[in-house]
Order: sequence, then structure tokens, then C-alpha cells
Amino acid sequence: MTPPVALVDLDRLGFDSGAHLLVRRGLRGVPIGGRLRVRGDDPVLGVHLRGWCRAEGHGFSVDPDGGYDVVRGDAEQLRWAGAERAGDPSPQGIVRRPPAHWGLAARGALVEAGGPSPGFDIADRDVVWADLAPRLYAHAAAAQWDPATAVDWTIPEPLPAEIEAAVVQVMTYLVENEQAALVIPARLLARVHPHFREVMQLLAVQAADEARHMEVFTRRALLTGGQMGTSSAGGRESLNSLLNEADFSLASFLLSVLGEGSFLSLLGFIDEHAPDPVTRQVTRLARVDEARHVAFGVAHLEHEGQLDPTLRGRLRAAVERRHDVLVDTAGLNADVFDSLVVLAAGEWTPTAIARGYRAVQQLHGTMDDGRRQRLHRLGFPDDEAAELSALHTRNFM
Amino acid sequence: MPGDVLLMGAVAYDPKVVTIWEGFRRWLADAGLPFDFVLYSHYERQVEDLVAGSLDAAWNSPLAWVRSVRLAAAAGRTVRSAVMRDTDQDLTSVVVVRADSGIGTVADLKGATVATGAIDSPQATLLPLSFLRAQGLDPDGDLTVRRFDVGVGLHGDHVGGERDAARALLAGEVDAACMIDGNHLLFTQEGVLPAGTTRVLAQTPVFDHCTMTLVDTAPPALAGRFVELLLSMSYGDPVVRPLLDLEGLRQWRVGRTSGFGPLTTAVDETGFYDADGGVRAAGYRP
Repeated sequence: MTPPVALVDLDRLGFDSGAHLLVRRGLRGVPIGGRLRVRGDDPVLGVHLRGWCRAEGHGFSVDPDGGYDVVRGDAEQLRWAGAERAGDPSPQGIVRRPPAHWGLAARGALVEAGGPSPGFDIADRDVVWADLAPRLYAHAAAAQWDPATAVDWTIPEPLPAEIEAAVVQVMTYLVENEQAALVIPARLLARVHPHFREVMQLLAVQAADEARHMEVFTRRALLTGGQMGTSSAGGRESLNSLLNEADFSLASFLLSVLGEGSFLSLLGFIDEHAPDPVTRQVTRLARVDEARHVAFGVAHLEHEGQLDPTLRGRLRAAVERRHDVLVDTAGLNADVFDSLVVLAAGEWTPTAIARGYRAVQQLHGTMDDGRRQRLHRLGFPDDEAAELSALHTRNFM
Repeated sequence: MPGDVLLMGAVAYDPKVVTIWEGFRRWLADAGLPFDFVLYSHYERQVEDLVAGSLDAAWNSPLAWVRSVRLAAAAGRTVRSAVMRDTDQDLTSVVVVRADSGIGTVADLKGATVATGAIDSPQATLLPLSFLRAQGLDPDGDLTVRRFDVGVGLHGDHVGGERDAARALLAGEVDAACMIDGNHLLFTQEGVLPAGTTRVLAQTPVFDHCTMTLVDTAPPALAGRFVELLLSMSYGDPVVRPLLDLEGLRQWRVGRTSGFGPLTTAVDETGFYDADGGVRAAGYRP
């Protein structure tokens, strides 16, 4: 007995309007080598179906009783025969070393074998991952703010000219540092295997955070119509030494744990001593973002340190290497140091200046405490943490 | 050294030809076959070199196949159609008119202007004109043939001539245009021939297209292994699949000669080649 023939009736639908979708769907209902009868009223159906079948590897013949017979070929089945799932879409589904050919495929997608192997060289879970990453990304995405509305940009009562100049100098310094803090995660994120999606997302938002910080600090500097402050060669030298660090873990350590960690204290200091509400608002907003960057840096290095006992030695070497590179440079821009003193002093009396000077010294102490605590969390004993913290750049970042 | 390597000729009708044959060369080498290829700018020199024994194999257009048979016979040699793509078998060409045209039958084309592909295109010139001749229309007397000579010497491998013919049809410059069935679908999908603007007036009987031609001077063991390896290529192999996609096939099939009859007839009708394979087509300069 002849088995019943599967049938697709295309009515007036032609291959110029998507008929292949119904034919392909019909073919999936028959086995390889099985026959599908195709009928339709499009006058060029026979011409187009013949050409389509040939290109797709299906058999084609004209049915003497009307319509056409398509014999299902095995090309589609062969195409997907060697396919594999790129892990699982959930964070629990990440694999230790995703193959290069998974490339840009979504995590969990069914990946056809073959294709390009893009050079995402940061591709080891133990190097890049932190269990905190998905949660931090969600928090970061929710905490994005609009510089136009998050800050009340109303020009406050004019400050004394020298206080305003101090604010402008500090803002100029902050912009320079934020630019380094944007470039570094942006460079790293282009090297991270997209399998570690949440890490890419987090780095992307981190770069976007820094973009906003650059904007608000610049805007505050120019709020009263003056010029930007100075940029010292030593400060740029210090930042440049960060850009040159190609290792993901070491770059993250130097930038996020030590640099941005110190910046938390600096931004807190400026918030406390801000002479006007705009300065206070912009530093406060930036500080919340920076805290998140520090949290990821610490979490990911904690994670890595538990898996790799050699990590601490490499972190230590990175600090020492950077110190050696910078030992003969001037460190913090003297204009920035003086401006911080002026901000904390608030007025030009000997007593006030002494107070401001003490406050900046205390800031150094606060930064040092913070760095030691974070180094301690990464497993450094107290004496070693103190020693490494002391080697950190005098430029803060 | 001749004999150590299976040497094949291919025509560089598109830059992808390099990608395809470099890829196949590596794949064949990995499978143990010493293989190399030479690129030609047109088919005529390729078949001359094949029959002269400078090549062992030639990846031939159907027109090049017809000529290689004649050249070989004249030189006391033989050639065989060894391997073809699955997409080389049972093709048809169509004669297309505008949907609103008053032309309802092939006979109505008398006195009309018909656009074709290049002078040496089997599918868009030689075969459809031969088909119309069989239907009682003399292309030289009853029709004005407007040729779109893109890529002359490439035997119609360049799709540009057919596309230009299709554009001329839509622009009202010609009354009908000739093209391969798959290109009517392609031009419709590309928007060159928007849906519903054209009508297929006639369709030729089936014919075959390219074939891997082997000459009898080819080293038998290497030639046999070459054919065997091509036939063994699987669409399931992720290394070879992108190359098969580029070359436009799902699998290689054993070659045949049964599908070259209509083109042989067309060549004789027009005197494109003489019985010894000499090029006689007027105005044909590859």
C-alpha cells in the first residue's frame, strides 16, 4: 500500500513572497528521502520551486496529477549534525574554557560547527569570572543616571576666585583620571570571550559610567566660564603605566582595587569639603559608581586567588614593577595637591591652611587604610599589605 | 614535475574562486592527494591547455565541455565528464516578459526584441535562442536579439549579463529576457524584478551545467583518487561545508554527458565552434 503523501498547498503564495517557508516547514514533517507534494496557483511556482530545490539539495519532479513532488535532501541535517550548545544561558552554565569558535554566539545557543575563531584571548573562567558579576551588572544597569537631570546645574553663589580655581584644578585632574578609567575597561572588554557575557556587560557599563563622570566633571570645571586647569607630565606618566598593563587580572587590580579604591577616599574628601552644591553632587554620583567598580575588582580577584595560589605573587610583582617605573616621576600634580588643601581650608588664613593641610594628610591615611583592607581581603598578610600600599602611586589612581 | 601532481584548471570568474580552490587544495592535500590548480581568465585557453596535456583536469562550463570534446577528438585524445555538482543537473532556462505585456505565446515574439546574456552564455543566450528556434522563431530573422555582453569568455558564469537583461526588460527597453530558472527567482528576491511584474512565457527542457573534465593523459591513479575524494566530500564536514556553500553545491555527483545534447545542438546551429573545436563565433573575443 502506498503511504499517504504529505501535502503543502501554497494557494497563490509564490517564492517571491515567502513560499519557501511553508515548503521548508512541510519538508521537516517528512523523513530524509521522503516525498512532499507541493501545490499552488502561482504561475511561476514550477520554475521557482525547481530552482529552490536544486539550491537547497532537495529532489524535484513534476507530478503528472498536478503540482510538484519534492524529495527531502539531507543537507540541513548534515549542517547541524556536528552542532553543539555553547554552554547554558544561566550563569551556572558557563564553562571553564569556551572554545574560540563559539565566538559571538549567544551563551546557550546551538552553534554550527566550523566558522571563524575570533581572537578573544581573555577566555578562562578562572581569570575573568566573579560570581558577583551578574548581580553587580544588574545593580549597575539599574543605577545609571542622566547627567542632565541627576545634577542641579544651577550656578550657585560665585565662589572666591581662588577657591573656584581650586575646584577647576581638581575637576581637571578628575577628568584625566576618568579618561584612563574608561580606556582600560574598554580595551579589556574587547578581549573578553563573549561567553562571559555578564563580565562584558559590567565592563561596558563601567566604561559608560566613566563617560558620564568625564562629562559632569568637565561641566563643573567650566560652569563659571573659565578655562581648564593643568595636566602634569608626572600624572599622565602614572596613568600611562596603567594603560600598558595587558594582563586582565593585573590591570583590574591596579585600576580598580588600588586606583579606584583610592579614588573612593578622594571623592569622599571632595564631597565633604565641596564649596558648592554642584561639586558635591557630581562627586557623590561618581563615588557610587566607583564603589561598584572596586567591588567587582575585589570580587573577581578574590575568586581567582582562591583558584590560583600564584596570583598574589603576580599582584605583588605588578605593584613593584609599576613603582619602579614611576619612582623617578613627580607623582601627584602639585597644583592638585595645593587645590585639595585650599578646598579643605576654605579660606586664606594660616589657621585654615594648616587645617586643610592636615585634612589632606588624613586623606592619604584614609586611602592607605582602604588599600590595606582590600589587600587583606585578597589574602595579603597585614605587613605585606602595608608594604604594598606604600608602594602605590602618589598620583592616587 | 608532471605526473606527480594532479593539475586542474579553473576560470577566475570571481575572487571567491581563489578561496574555493585554495580550500579544496588544502583539504585534498590533507587527504593525501597532491593537487594544484591554475587559474585562467577565460575558458578557451583552459580547454586548449587541457587537450594539449598541460592540465590533467579542467573545471569546465558546459560550453567548455562541448569544445573540449571536439578539440580532443581532433587531437586523437578523449575527455570524460567525471564529476558534477548536484546543482549542475537538470537546469532550465526561461523566457520572461512583463506581466502586462501583450505577448501571450512564443509565436507572439515574432518581431520582438529579446534580451540575452553574453554571447557565450549557455543558459541565457545559446540555449534559450536554440529553444526559440525549435519553436519556429529564427533569432536572426524573426527577432531582434539584444545581447548583454558582461564577462565575455566566462561562458555566462558572471551573472551580470542576465541581470542587465532583466533590468532592460523591466525598463521597457526590450520585450523579453532570457535567464536561468534560479536567476529569475534570485532577481525577484533581489527586487530587480519585483514580485508580480513579470511572467514566464516559456521554459526550456532540462540541461546540465558545469562538469569536471578529465583528459586521458592525466595520471590514472591520481585522476581516480581526485574523483573519489570529490565524491566523498560531505556537507556534514564543517571544514569543507563553507567551500561547498561558496561553490554552490551540497554534494558532488558522478559526471554524465546526457545533459549536454541541447547545448551541442545550439553550438552547431550557430556555428559557435566548428567540428574540430575551432572558435568560429562572429564577434566573440574573450
